[in-house]
Amino acid sequence: MTTGTELPPPGQLPEVHVDPSMLRQLAESQVNVELDTGDMILNLGPQHPATHGTLRLVVRLDGERVIAADPVIGYMHRGYEKLTEFRTYPQITTLINRIDWLSSFANEVPFISGAEMLMGIEAPPRAQYIRTALTELSRIATFLLFLGEMGLQVGAITPAFYGFRDREYVLNLIEGVTGGRFHPNFNRIGGLKDDLPWGWYSECRSTMAKVLASCDEFENLVVGNPIFEQRTRSIGIIPAELGAAYGVSGSNIRASGVDWDLRRDGKPYLPYNELDWKVWTHPDGDSFARYWVRLQETRESARMVLQLLQQMPAGPVMAKVPRIIKVPEGEVWVNTENPLGEMGYYIVSKGATGPFRVKIRSASFSNVSILPWMLRGVYVPDIITILASLYFILGDIDR
Amino acid sequence: MIAFDIGWGTTLAIKAIIVLAIVPLTALILGYVFLLKMMSHMQSRLGPMDPGGFHGWFQLIGDGVKFMQKEDIMTKEADRRVFALAPAVVVLSTFLVFVVIPAGPRLVVAPLDVGIFYALAVSSLSVIGVLMAGWASANKFALLGALRAAAQLIAYELPLVLAVVGVVIQAGTMNLQGIVGAQQNGEIFGWGGLGQPYILTQFIGFALFMIAAQAELTQPPFDMPVAESELVAGYMVEYTGFRFLFFFIGEFGTAFAFSALAATMFLGGWSVPWVHGSAADVLGPLVLFAKVMLVAFLMFWARFTYPRLREDQLQALAWKWLIPIALINILVTGVLKVAF
Repeated sequence: MTTGTELPPPGQLPEVHVDPSMLRQLAESQVNVELDTGDMILNLGPQHPATHGTLRLVVRLDGERVIAADPVIGYMHRGYEKLTEFRTYPQITTLINRIDWLSSFANEVPFISGAEMLMGIEAPPRAQYIRTALTELSRIATFLLFLGEMGLQVGAITPAFYGFRDREYVLNLIEGVTGGRFHPNFNRIGGLKDDLPWGWYSECRSTMAKVLASCDEFENLVVGNPIFEQRTRSIGIIPAELGAAYGVSGSNIRASGVDWDLRRDGKPYLPYNELDWKVWTHPDGDSFARYWVRLQETRESARMVLQLLQQMPAGPVMAKVPRIIKVPEGEVWVNTENPLGEMGYYIVSKGATGPFRVKIRSASFSNVSILPWMLRGVYVPDIITILASLYFILGDIDR
Repeated sequence: MIAFDIGWGTTLAIKAIIVLAIVPLTALILGYVFLLKMMSHMQSRLGPMDPGGFHGWFQLIGDGVKFMQKEDIMTKEADRRVFALAPAVVVLSTFLVFVVIPAGPRLVVAPLDVGIFYALAVSSLSVIGVLMAGWASANKFALLGALRAAAQLIAYELPLVLAVVGVVIQAGTMNLQGIVGAQQNGEIFGWGGLGQPYILTQFIGFALFMIAAQAELTQPPFDMPVAESELVAGYMVEYTGFRFLFFFIGEFGTAFAFSALAATMFLGGWSVPWVHGSAADVLGPLVLFAKVMLVAFLMFWARFTYPRLREDQLQALAWKWLIPIALINILVTGVLKVAF
């Protein structure tokens, strides 16, 4: 199966010309929970094992076929955009760690780079390299969890444990540098809190070898499994154009064949262009493609970390910054390629110790917005496959 | 020969007590060996290690005691009587299967002439219990699970029975004792040293039986009725405490029963080469148990490895593949039986 649309050249998002039939289908998929009778309305969540926390799906069923589905979000809204207005810049990293809690380090980077841009500071090269390495490590940790979790959602228990096991090695590495497994809070404006600990290189190399080996294992155990293929092939297809129209980003849109990665195509924010790596895409756009793309990206990230260790420059990890950080007046928009997709911060500063307003663009919010369209006409088991393959984090949806 | 005679009433009581004791016991053994230990080691972890001292052997007993202490919760809209009866029906069907499984020349509760037919018939009684549970729970997830279970169990009843027909044709009897005897006295190309386990001739039947049994047990890759990532726990979702324990015993007891049926029909059951008479009564249960564990290992291996199929894919597998293959198997067996 292909998505049947003309794909744009690498590095560009497709132009959005949505087919009117799609819009009609979309309008019909609006659920009016109050008025309809006859079909069964099944409430998936907010407490349900497949919703990664507190996503609620109101699903109208005809037998086992979904007529319409309506995601209800907001059960986990913590008001981070408002809270940032009452914090200083160094304090805010603590909050944004908790947006996408699986790849906290990657969350910090865009915000800190935004503040650095406004202040006209640049982190020293070594700090940039360590940031890149830790961002890629958190990507690996996040994707390993996905690779196992997806197996669990389609019914195989064992891959989940392999995913958790291998993620543990990577978390140990992150803990070794930052002291935090989940919420490192390690970035500072102008650099990093600390340098790498002694002996970290060799440990990191051996762990990356483990990660590459476990990727092979997932390839054999899950991707090579005929039942897994049956369950995921041509289930939950996102056409490239429609995905772009919804703002679907990251691996989800790359699995639809769109060759677009902010690490390569966006405003440069970390030294990715000094590495030798490849953006993986898959033409199908179905759940299987999303799994496959993430698997390849895990491998690619492990290779990137190995290269970063090779090329790591010497020097300080902290630039000269004033003791009390005051960001000059201005506005900046920074968006980065996070594990779940495009994450962006629009920071408005009025010259105080904290921002005047911060707008957070989180990947999962846009990624799940396509759910009503995707879930029409699928079976109940496919809902779970689609939810799992979209891979969202509730903290990233609700902020 | 045991040289004393006891009345039929006493015999019946002893038999009933043995069956009543064996079902929970087998459930415990399978649950401990496979669910707690084998699965853990497959998933690079240890499983329970502390309870009881040696590798956590006491864990499941402790769990059972815990279940009995739990409050008996019943939802407000539940159909109370049906809700309470459903787990009993499920366990009952497990008990009834054990009645015909022979563990030695004389160690069988009732050597029925319709043995295997009876066993497969009563094992499918559990679908009634499952439907009762799903309906009486007044829960949408439970209802979906129960309907899935009913569709699945009925679809897989057919390949299950058809897979057995080959064995029945070859042995010429439906009595499980007779099938064991036929295997014990059989010959492999004129050499009768090991008897003739029917897995050598009925390997297709064995494979079909194992697949269909997996579906009857609602284990992965056929566990849609209880699919935890979709239906939370399917028809069991509203059950707690003692009633849940019944479902658990039913699940693992039935797994043991199906493994025992497979071991009896395809691996020669209790029969040991060159051992006859009273010695077989002593060795038979041990041999049968070893064979059952071997078959159960295959079952649980698949259970812990595979993802689950979707409902429509499951039906397609049963009707498009298993049943035609089973029919061809019967045809070939019949032709060969007449020819030789």
